[in-house]
Amino acid sequence: MSDPTKPNDPLLREHGRKGITRRGFLKGAGLTAAGTALLEGVQAFNSEAATSTNSEVTELGPGPVPVRLHVNGKEHAVSIEPRTTLAEALRIHLGMTGTKIICDRGACSGCTVWLDKVPVNSCMMLAVDAIGHEVTTIEGLSTESEPHPLQAAFVKHDAMQCGFCTPGMVMSCAALLEKNPHPSEHDVRHAIAGNLCRCGTYPRVFSATLEAAGNMRRA
Amino acid sequence: MNSFVLAECTTVEGALSQLKDGAAVKAGGIDLLERMKNGTYQPSKLVNIRNISALRGIQKTQDGLTIGALTTLSEISEHPEIQTQYQILSDACGHAATPHLRNVATLGGNLLQPVQCWYYRSAEFECIRKGKNFCFAFGGLNQYHAIMDYGTCPAVAPSSSAVALLGLDARIELSSAKRGKRMVSIKDFYVEPDANPTKFTVIEPDELLTAVMIPKPAPGTRSAYQKYGEKESFDWAIADAGVVLEMDGNTCRRAVITMGAASPVVRRSQEAEALLAGKRITEETARAAGKAAMTNVQPLSMNAYKVDLFPVAIYRTILLAAGQASRDPSAAG
Repeated sequence: MSDPTKPNDPLLREHGRKGITRRGFLKGAGLTAAGTALLEGVQAFNSEAATSTNSEVTELGPGPVPVRLHVNGKEHAVSIEPRTTLAEALRIHLGMTGTKIICDRGACSGCTVWLDKVPVNSCMMLAVDAIGHEVTTIEGLSTESEPHPLQAAFVKHDAMQCGFCTPGMVMSCAALLEKNPHPSEHDVRHAIAGNLCRCGTYPRVFSATLEAAGNMRRA
Repeated sequence: MNSFVLAECTTVEGALSQLKDGAAVKAGGIDLLERMKNGTYQPSKLVNIRNISALRGIQKTQDGLTIGALTTLSEISEHPEIQTQYQILSDACGHAATPHLRNVATLGGNLLQPVQCWYYRSAEFECIRKGKNFCFAFGGLNQYHAIMDYGTCPAVAPSSSAVALLGLDARIELSSAKRGKRMVSIKDFYVEPDANPTKFTVIEPDELLTAVMIPKPAPGTRSAYQKYGEKESFDWAIADAGVVLEMDGNTCRRAVITMGAASPVVRRSQEAEALLAGKRITEETARAAGKAAMTNVQPLSMNAYKVDLFPVAIYRTILLAAGQASRDPSAAG
């Protein structure tokens, strides 16, 4: 919205923004990711649930609606608003915080999960669009006792620095190995073309994935 | 993101019955959710067409191809028939956004994105595209903006699939509950900013984009698309080129040259096309065509570099289409 007290010159605005610190911003806005979730939860309970109009069209929301999501082989009943993204449903409603929300715009692929084994950005998908599909998250890749061979290779190759992009990287590379057990480095580069790592650990990700591919073929 | 009612539809008729009172259509939702998260668009109702199976899939017909509006960019770029007969389209769909976004983003949604401009896409700037009387780009940061045919708004055309479909002379099927179906040529689909700055395509609020029809290519047709950006992935084109060549042996019978990131509406370059018609495709003719495409450019304060970049994009894409060069390693993706 246009604000007459703010300069219209974009350069001035840009310089203005640089004065904002992260701490100051969080204080001023009074919101962290968890704070936002709580607020949304409070509003949600005041709204009506799903209403059905006719056989062809079903209206959901705007308040919370009960839905069932299939995640990592289990069915979960959750009550979510239609605007809840799949990433938010996984992290906030199901407590599966392995999936990271970083850019929240599909620009970094940190939130990568599989929808019927196809890698997607869960931050750019409404949770209701996952109904009837099998969602796989980083938590579902390993068993209780054994890491996925790719996870073991990431550890061995030290394919992470800060680790924040790692769940997304692993999900992208594991999806590649499901589809193509004989990837070249070019294939790995292509598979993670959307995954951003600001530490720059890409070469380790390539080597870990290529080694895991070899190990998985032998196994 | 604002809260909204979601109307889940399983049929086209059901979806059409919901298109009223400002309801927004949601397919893959990529561009829509971004605009909603940014706060530039706050519809109170979303019509979810994602689960209408009739709108998904690629069919070979007598006249060419029919692609359902919900077919994803990944499905199009990996389709064997499209990879061999309509290379320009598989190239364009295969280099948009990122692999994971292409797994969800649909052809219809890609074609219907509003223009790309950081002022238009920010909730903090009320510009001519939002019904106000000012453009921030002319006097502001305009390095990614248009260099030709921009009139009152130099935001660039966002859809890479449109650059390909303009080259292929595709037609778009629009359906409405009241008026039935109509077909619109891709060349008439987009609205110039001077004609109506707040309307991006000819689609009406009660219409759904249901399919795209592509005519069968003439014998000897070869085509390609390449996009150049600052990053290899997840970046908008700073220059892109679509090339369709109808060849008789080594001679080009007819050429179509298209560009996206040069102007607010995807455009052809008749000047470049004229230089190739009836000629052999060589490095010289390709370079000359690239230069000719820059007739009538009017770069802004920060984007004169595009006037040098576009000819290179066009020349290299002509050679790629003609089979005289491999995919440019400096092109995106």
